Amino acid sequence: MSEAALLTATGLGVRLAGRVVLRDVSLALSAGHLVALVGPNGAGKTTLLRALAGLIPSEGEIEIGGDSLASLPLHERAKRFGYLPQGHVVHWPLPARDIVALGRYPHGATDPARLSPRDAEAVLRAMQAVDVMEFSHRRVTELSGGERSRVALARALAVEAPVILADEPTASLDPRHQIDVMQSLRATADTGVLVIVVTHDLGLAARFADHMLVLREGRLVSQGAPAVALSEQVMADVFRISAYRAEYQCEAVIVPWADI
Amino acid sequence: MSVEAATLSNEEAARRRIGASAALAALVVLLMLISLGIGPVRLSPLAVAEALLGGGSEVSQVIVREIRLPRTLLALAIGAILGLSGASLQGLLRNPLASPSLFGAPQSAAFGAVLVIALGLADVRSYALPVAAIVAAFASVFALLSIAGRNAGLLILILSGLAISSFAGAATALVMNLSSNPFVVLEIAFWLLGSLEDRSFQHVVLAFPFIIAGALMLLSQRHAFRALSLGEETAQSLGVDVGRLRLFVISGVALGVGGAVAVTGTIGFIGLVAPHLMRPLIGHDPGRLLVPSALAGSALLLAADIAVRIIPSTSDIKVGVLTSIIGVPFFLYLIMRERRALGGGVA
Repeated sequence: MSEAALLTATGLGVRLAGRVVLRDVSLALSAGHLVALVGPNGAGKTTLLRALAGLIPSEGEIEIGGDSLASLPLHERAKRFGYLPQGHVVHWPLPARDIVALGRYPHGATDPARLSPRDAEAVLRAMQAVDVMEFSHRRVTELSGGERSRVALARALAVEAPVILADEPTASLDPRHQIDVMQSLRATADTGVLVIVVTHDLGLAARFADHMLVLREGRLVSQGAPAVALSEQVMADVFRISAYRAEYQCEAVIVPWADI
Repeated sequence: MSVEAATLSNEEAARRRIGASAALAALVVLLMLISLGIGPVRLSPLAVAEALLGGGSEVSQVIVREIRLPRTLLALAIGAILGLSGASLQGLLRNPLASPSLFGAPQSAAFGAVLVIALGLADVRSYALPVAAIVAAFASVFALLSIAGRNAGLLILILSGLAISSFAGAATALVMNLSSNPFVVLEIAFWLLGSLEDRSFQHVVLAFPFIIAGALMLLSQRHAFRALSLGEETAQSLGVDVGRLRLFVISGVALGVGGAVAVTGTIGFIGLVAPHLMRPLIGHDPGRLLVPSALAGSALLLAADIAVRIIPSTSDIKVGVLTSIIGVPFFLYLIMRERRALGGGVA
């Protein structure tokens, strides 16, 4: 990556309950890129995402847009990251639009019923980007899993932050919806946003990502363009599988295939 | 759905919320007038209004302004803070079964107050009483949330609440057990039942500062409750200081419930019932539920306090007994309704 990095981490480490979950992770990621963060279960992917967003304490240095993350107050951090956690949890049966409008909370729009024209437009843009306008007023609890995941994504997009952090946004979705979600994230990255996606789907990651981070036991063991980062050696060492590799419509195709 | 239709539907929902709140406020005013008129001497709402404004006979002025007005104001404020506390705890824990009385807050506040009375540290009209009640309520809610931890499931919360309220009850019983003065014991026993009878403006002055402070703390967090609908982690990523929110809710509930219990004894289940009555009208947004829940709490307690004066009985029914008699079956009904989620252990 030649451009000036938007998000950098140097010597990042995290301990949870006395256990070292991440150690010495250093990375520099640029605006406009879709970055896939992959690794086996328990490798520390979610922890890395949380640490980058400043949601958990960490050692080392994180810089976002040239500012040290540690020096930014909570409400200032909130404007820099659109964070999409696993599972798309919503605890109350609220209308989809009100959920998306919570994405404007960091900008001071705390009441979905009283959005400024600017905030209302941002909500509208986010809902249109993932095509959820038609169930704007349905309660999220009444939506299907695919619809709910799109509403959750719209909420993260509505922040209009320079960085989107999405933790397994395609988990438990059917193939059509997985591709829809990845395409939305790809389109978001193309508007100049840095998008980091945790996923277990190496095929989707290889197809849509510009850059890949491979974690194993809390360490960053490989990174680069998908075909490079997921070399045969890495696949064997990290995932203990081999993969079928090809190119289709000018995109890298990697199909995990266990024959080791 | 088009953008125009979406906006229209939004405005319609807002209009419905405002209509429901206005109707509720009108109901509270009506119940206050009835409460001021009910008693050994019955006065019509018109006569009550006249007496309040300084007209009518001197007798009716004394009855309305000095005897019944403190009682009515206390019912208004205590009902409101109980409803608000219930809605706030439900918002914080993202759980419709949360309420101060299920978590042992009023019982603990009562223990604090009883201890002060039994030790003879204060008579029932000193500020030591609400302060002791507030400290004990704070300790109980703090202990509950510490034991249950973050993202606690309902099972843990209810079990911890059961343990804390049992402990507070046992500690109160111990104080009464050890007390050598049978009159004090009797006084405590009746006080524990919860009542608004014979309260004066001194009680109002005693309770109001704490109730108002607690209410302001809880209301200040209304937007954070909304963000918390997405879970603690996401709320934090949106800029909500979740640690501060918890502290505000614990403190607000302790101030409000402690202040209330100090002048009326324990009045349970209003905090549980009020938000539930409001959800069908207002929706599930935990931020928007706060004020309507407070109004509903006021209406419930005013109605209960009117009921105990109307229901014919040989001795006075205490209002705390009535709210529990009605509240507990309601709680059972909620459990039945939420049975599937509870049985699955996912709640």
